[in-house]
This record gives sequence, C-alpha cells and structure tokens, in this order.
Amino acid sequence: MSNKVLNREPYQQAYYPPAPTGFTRYMRTSLIWQTIRFMVINIKMLRLMAKSKH
Amino acid sequence: MSRIVILGAGIAGHTAARHLHKMIGKQHEIVVVSPNPKWNWIPSNIWVGVGEMQEDQVTFDLAEIYRKTSIQFHQARAISIHPQGGAESDKPYVTVEHTLAAMGGKQENITYDFLINATGPKLNFGATEGLGPEHGHTVSVCTASHAVEANHKLQRLIEELRKGKAGTIVIGTGHGMCTCQGAAFEYIYNVDHVLREAGVRDMARMVWISNEYELGDFGMGGVHITRGGYVTNGKTFAESLMVERGIEWITRAHVKKVEAGKIHYEKLDGTFHEIEFDFSMLIPPFAGVGLKAYDKAGEDITAQLFAPNGFMKVDADYTARPYAEWSARDWPRTYQNPTFKNLFAIGIAFAPPHMISKPMQSPNGTAINPTAPRTGMPSASMAIAVAHSIRDMLNGADQPTHHASMAEMGAACVASTGANILSGTAATMTVYPVVPDYEKYPQTGRDMKLTFGEIGLAGHWMKFLLHHLFIYQARLKKGWSWLPD
Repeated sequence: MSNKVLNREPYQQAYYPPAPTGFTRYMRTSLIWQTIRFMVINIKMLRLMAKSKH
Repeated sequence: MSRIVILGAGIAGHTAARHLHKMIGKQHEIVVVSPNPKWNWIPSNIWVGVGEMQEDQVTFDLAEIYRKTSIQFHQARAISIHPQGGAESDKPYVTVEHTLAAMGGKQENITYDFLINATGPKLNFGATEGLGPEHGHTVSVCTASHAVEANHKLQRLIEELRKGKAGTIVIGTGHGMCTCQGAAFEYIYNVDHVLREAGVRDMARMVWISNEYELGDFGMGGVHITRGGYVTNGKTFAESLMVERGIEWITRAHVKKVEAGKIHYEKLDGTFHEIEFDFSMLIPPFAGVGLKAYDKAGEDITAQLFAPNGFMKVDADYTARPYAEWSARDWPRTYQNPTFKNLFAIGIAFAPPHMISKPMQSPNGTAINPTAPRTGMPSASMAIAVAHSIRDMLNGADQPTHHASMAEMGAACVASTGANILSGTAATMTVYPVVPDYEKYPQTGRDMKLTFGEIGLAGHWMKFLLHHLFIYQARLKKGWSWLPD
C-alpha cells in the first residue's frame, strides 16, 4: 500500500498556524546571522534591565 | 548592630543576602534560613530532566558559599513569625526547625530587626490526586532531584521506543490554577529534541496540556510582539512552534486526577476527558509554605499577615474588583508588609493582588486559569530593591526607598527548545512591563520596543551563557557584583 498523501484534512489543529519557510529555518541556525542576533538580543536585554531599575 | 533575617535561599532570598552582605555586611548581621542545603539554578533543571546536565551542574552547597562571608546560614525550616515578640521580650523573632540530620529537628527562635520572607512556593502536588513524583504517577522538573528522576524515566521510555513500542508523552500543568507554564514549555521541546537525536521521535505522540486559555499565555495574559508588519499575539508563534515539532495541544484544561498511565481532565466548557500516557511531566500548583504568625500574647494572626493561599500580604491593593477594573497600580512596589514595617516578602512568597490572566471558570465552577508568574528576573529585581530599602532604613529612612513593581519592570525569558551549541535553539522573549499597563500602553498594555520574541541558535547561546553567569554570580565569585542580575 502506498503512503503517498493524496489529500490533506484541512480543519485540524495543525492546519492553521503559520509554518516557517525553509529560509526562516535556515536562518535560525545560521552562524553568521545568529551571531548578529546574539549581539542584538544582548543589547535589547540590557535596555530592558536599564528601564526596569528604579 | 542590627540583624536581618532572610527566610529562603532561592533566587530571591540568595540575591537579597548577597546584596545586603555587600552593602552592609560589615556593620550588620545577616542570617539566612533555608531548609535546603543546596542552591538550585532552577531554569536549568529542564536540561537535567533530559540528561543534558547533571544535578551538580545546577546546584551548589549553600553553607560552603556562606562560609566565605559573614552571612550566618541555618539549614532550617521557618515555622512561625512573631512580629511583636513574645512574653519575655518585645523583640520580634522567627521560630525555625533545623532540617540538618545532626540537629535532630531542634527548634530555635531567631530575633530580627528586619525580616525578608523569600520562602518560595510549596509544590502543592496534593491539590491533584495522583500528581507528582512522590505519591503520584507523573514526574516533575521543579527541583534538581525531581529532574534527575524525570530523566531516568525518560531514558527508560526512549529504550522502549527504540525497541519499537509506540508511546505517548504528556507535558504541561497539573492543575487549573498552575503558574510556571514556561518550565513545562521548555521541557516539552527539550524532550522533543532528545527524542529526535535518539532517532525515535516518530515513535512518540507528544501532547501539551495546560490551563492557559490559549497557547503563549504564560500567566501574563499572553503577549503581543511586532513581526512581519503586524502586531501579533504570541499564541500564533507558540502554535506555529508546536505544529513544526509535531506536538498536539490541549488548552483550557484542569487536570483533576492522574492514575497510572491515565490523566483525567476537565475543560473550560465543562466537559470531562481522559488521555493515556507512557511518560508525563506536569507542573504542580504553588501555595505558600504554611508559615504561621502570632502576636505578643500568642494569638494566631496568620490571617492578618498572609492571604488565604499562604502568601504574605505586602503593599499591594487587595481590594476585590472585577477584571475590567484591575489596574497596574494594584501591584506592590516596595514589598513591605502594611502592618509590620520591618517585614518584607519577595519572589513567590508575596501575595499578588490578583492574577494577570483573566479569571475563568467552567460551568461546574472549576477555576481554570494560569496564576501570576513571579519567578526569575522579577524575583531578583524585588530582592535588590528590598535590600537597598533596608540598607537605607537602617541609615535612617523612615520608609522603603526603592521599588520594583511588576507593572514597572520587564522580564526576559529564554526558553530552550533544544540544547546543542550548533544546532540547538531557544525562544527568546522579553516583555515590558510584566503586568500590562493599559493606561501607559493602550493598545497591548506593553512597550512594543522592549517586548519582542524570536527563535534561534542565539537564544540557546544566551541560555547557556546565563546558566554559567548566574551560577558564577550566585557562588559569589570574583567580580560577581559587576554582573547583571
């Protein structure tokens, strides 16, 4: 028996949320891009902490 | 010389202790009372729970650290607070019971000039029949030893999956009034990650179960972030991640009972359901640790100091109001008890004025809604504010000088979704403020410049860095006070 999907049930839980494209998934572990994001996240967190101090 | 007694040595208590020690340790006496001999970096327990770390990588011996300082450490459980003193003296004191085996459960009264209650939560597994690792059928990652046991059971399941036996894994919250969904959220993705690495992911059905109204609520009423030209609710991204990893989800659920291999739950619509499992990690609800309070005559004044859930009343506005009238202004700023001005409660130990998420009830009267989170970064911020206020009050200030309202502070959450230095990822989320303020930020209640989220390897590096940074800092190693809390 073939496992080939001929049609897909639409009205299921997994049908609606957005799915990442291949490019998005690649960028999540791209060393160059993630190094930049690491620096950006650090800056954002430091700004958050600065604003939280009273 | 004054004495400051701190009950609890978790993130809040230990942070208060080290800051007080740094500021006033030479002039005043600082006493820490904790029933646990070890400090635990709880956010990394999820890695112990999947075998990526060992217990000793997330814990250290408190007595050994405090020996390097002038902080006195009592391995003991606080039993009662006597804020007016007793028959013999007006000096306030706390009664503790030693938990070190050599002390044989000896009780002792410790007098104080200032008291910080940072006792954290009682893990209330008893609220749901059959819940928890000790008397139930589910595992937990709330303590390092629980996480070790969780990993043993997970590895056994992986062996079964390797042999070709299909299995169901259910992870989430074990009661309708739980908080701390984030820990379960991290754990389910780390379990997914190790199953993939073991090559058995296709043998396991994975199900998320929680008391959230929608995914991504996290007890903060959800969060909006700006992405792709839209201000979008975090639910969209949380659902996307679940679908991407092939995880089903059940929300608006109150787990009523757990039997061996079967969870019984009620949904917000009042219907009852069951789900069978081979491995389940469910977070318990939290309660106060059961501290009592007595006045000078020995009369029980627990209800005056504590809310019915056992958390200590502070400077919050506890007036009961409908959800539409809740305000950011209700949340405490100084964490000082309104009756006894030398008494403070921080971290999970303080009584929130109300939840952040909207209260919900099933037609059967069952409350199904996440309670307010107050762990991690907010706990440390409260501890630092209270430490500074006490320093200033010892120097003559007549009231607390520092504040750390959850409606005026941000929080960062880095939720691991797989631990690997090159292929791991984590969801990084920051939110400002934790409690939405719709007067300041009418659209979403939050500052959209400081509220963001993204998934990637950088998040994993961040989580790994924070693990080492916070343990280094908590161990009071050289230069700890220069590091961010």
